[in-house]
Amino acid sequence: QKTKEGFLSKITKAIAGKSTVDEEVLDNLEDALVGADVGIDTTIQIIKRIEARVSRDKYLGSGELNRILQEEIQQVLVDAPEQSYRNFETPAGIKPYVILVVGVNGVGKTTTIGKLAHNYKKAGHEVILGAADTFRAAAVDQLTIWSERVGVPIVKQAMGSDPSAVAFDTVQSAVAKNAGVVIIDTAGRLHNKAHLMEELGKIKRVIRKVIPDAPHEVLLVLDGSTGQNALEQARQFTAATDVSALAITKLDGTAKGGVVLAIANQLKIPVKYIGVGEKMEDLLIFDKHEFVDSLFKAD
Amino acid sequence: MFQNLSERLETAFKNLKGEARITDLNIANTVKDIRRALIDADVNYKIAKEFTDKIKEKAMGEKVLNAISPGQLMVKIVQDELTELMGGQEAEFNISGNPAVILIAGLQGSGKTTFTGKLANYLKTKKGKSPLVVAADIYRPAAIDQLTVLAGQIGVDIYAERENKDAVAIALNAIKQAKATNKNVVIIDTAGRLAVDEAMMTEVANIKAAVNPAEILFVVDSMTGQDAVNTAKAFNDRLDFSGVVLTKLDGDTRGGAALTIQYTVNKPVKFVSSGEKMETLDVFYPARMAQRILGMGDIASLVEKA
Ligand SMILES: Nc1nc2c(ncn2[C@@H]2O[C@H](COP(=O)(O)OP(=O)(O)OP(=O)(O)O)[C@@H](O)[C@H]2O)c(=O)[nH]1
Ligand SMILES: Nc1nc2c(ncn2[C@@H]2O[C@H](COP(=O)(O)OP(=O)(O)OP(=O)(O)O)[C@@H](O)[C@H]2O)c(=O)[nH]1
Ligand SMILES: [Mg+2]
Ligand SMILES: [Mg+2]
Repeated sequence: QKTKEGFLSKITKAIAGKSTVDEEVLDNLEDALVGADVGIDTTIQIIKRIEARVSRDKYLGSGELNRILQEEIQQVLVDAPEQSYRNFETPAGIKPYVILVVGVNGVGKTTTIGKLAHNYKKAGHEVILGAADTFRAAAVDQLTIWSERVGVPIVKQAMGSDPSAVAFDTVQSAVAKNAGVVIIDTAGRLHNKAHLMEELGKIKRVIRKVIPDAPHEVLLVLDGSTGQNALEQARQFTAATDVSALAITKLDGTAKGGVVLAIANQLKIPVKYIGVGEKMEDLLIFDKHEFVDSLFKAD
Repeated sequence: MFQNLSERLETAFKNLKGEARITDLNIANTVKDIRRALIDADVNYKIAKEFTDKIKEKAMGEKVLNAISPGQLMVKIVQDELTELMGGQEAEFNISGNPAVILIAGLQGSGKTTFTGKLANYLKTKKGKSPLVVAADIYRPAAIDQLTVLAGQIGVDIYAERENKDAVAIALNAIKQAKATNKNVVIIDTAGRLAVDEAMMTEVANIKAAVNPAEILFVVDSMTGQDAVNTAKAFNDRLDFSGVVLTKLDGDTRGGAALTIQYTVNKPVKFVSSGEKMETLDVFYPARMAQRILGMGDIASLVEKA
């Protein structure tokens, strides 16, 4: 579990009681960032910014040094334009609010949907799930179990049926029932498979036949233990579906998920949620401050 | 990165043509580039450093043939070393025993259940075995259904107990069943677990102790980043696994985790999983993996070009 210690105590490993920005501080900082999967390019950029802000070997209070490091790293992360998601509210005037969930295989899409449904339901919305992964073995059964656990309806068809037809049915049913939130599961697909990426475009187009400005959110789920390939995932899924937000899963382990800094740096996509377990309660709203803290948590 | 590294090598070649031996000076930048290529490929940064330092040491004083630059020679040495490191272990697959028990373990979503199906299919169609797959994942929603579907696709029997919440007991019962029905290989699919989850790590260690597996395979997603070192070490400490399975290699990841894991636990990669279909199981080619991690085509051809 994430500790609540401050940045100051956790960064100790990176800057071990230092109060001047010297080569050693920067080297340690570099190791901490690269070791958290931030990637070399973004790490170098962050370090350059820190260097530009405080000249080398200048004395700072260690509190101030920590604050500057924290600020410069946080600054890479982007905020979502609209903040209602923090309380699982939907933007005013949009009903149903349609969320399309995408990502490569096994990252935690279906589980994240179960967690989101639980939270939206708790916040008072009527939620409908759409089982548009008709490909992976027992994918529909898995989402069905989640829908029962959470207590929300699910729209599904037989395995092997057209995923966009399922998405269409789901959205149409949500409109008919005046539901508040629609969450559509899709099959995991590797971003280098053009025909599978094209299928996502089709799902989007079909949803738009029912609601022209939907989906209102395209949520890309990333496995927190993935390395630099997550950057390519974000790039390709964005090209195919205009990803609007990220969820990072499996941060209850020792992986740090630092690659989202590289993604934010290059693609400006906000992180909204983090997954910290396999139960429906194990979803947290992404907190910049805590995230940057955790990058420096010793293994 | 492929472009990058090759381009830089071309430059290195121009600048250093004619130098006779590898020295600290003439390969300093190449070492840096290689280290960077490794980190970009998700090799753990500490291992990337250790590995390149070691190789530098090894290359020092090495004679440069006049056709290539010291930088190119250095990359060639790296590639050979990488290939050897990843293929150094004899990768036999032990299916002796009647039944031979194979235990599958790894993190959540790494591809264990899919691989269980693929391995059963391989043993059935290529090795003439009659396998039994076992659903010992009692946690994930629809885990049993998933393995049931896969077993159906490949025409292999499955053992599952929907009401039993004891994975060790399920595994033991499965072996009894295998004996009773003349199955000669038992493949046990387990739930995904994090290395830091003490209770779950104990569970899988208990399964191992109870079933005495001929093979314990650690299934790992080839897209894994820096954390691969922690995970591999933790699973190896608890299970002393006999081999590694790299999954999702049909993606475009460079797969540096493969090197991290070899370096950390020195266990052979026994299979490669590269697709969602049951037939997409491959043997592991160390040289190809080395090239993939380094992000370049065949160095040999590059060398010839020069
Ligand atoms: N520890 C942990 N496990 C998680 C988390 N999120 C998902 N998982 C597990 O990861 C595995 C894969 O999750 P799924 O939700 O099936 O992933 P998916 O992206 O839908 O997978 P496909 O549909 O097969 O592509 C399951 O075992 C989940 O329980 C998390 O935040 N922490
Ligand atoms: N493209 C591709 N997908 C794969 C490969 N291996 C597994 N998958 C997919 O990855 C996802 C997760 O695979 P599973 O076999 O369910 O993984 P698992 O390790 O059993 O997951 P848990 O039991 O939840 O821990 C599924 O969507 C699989 O179809 C592979 O080699 N290539
Ligand atoms: Mg799924
Ligand atoms: Mg499984």
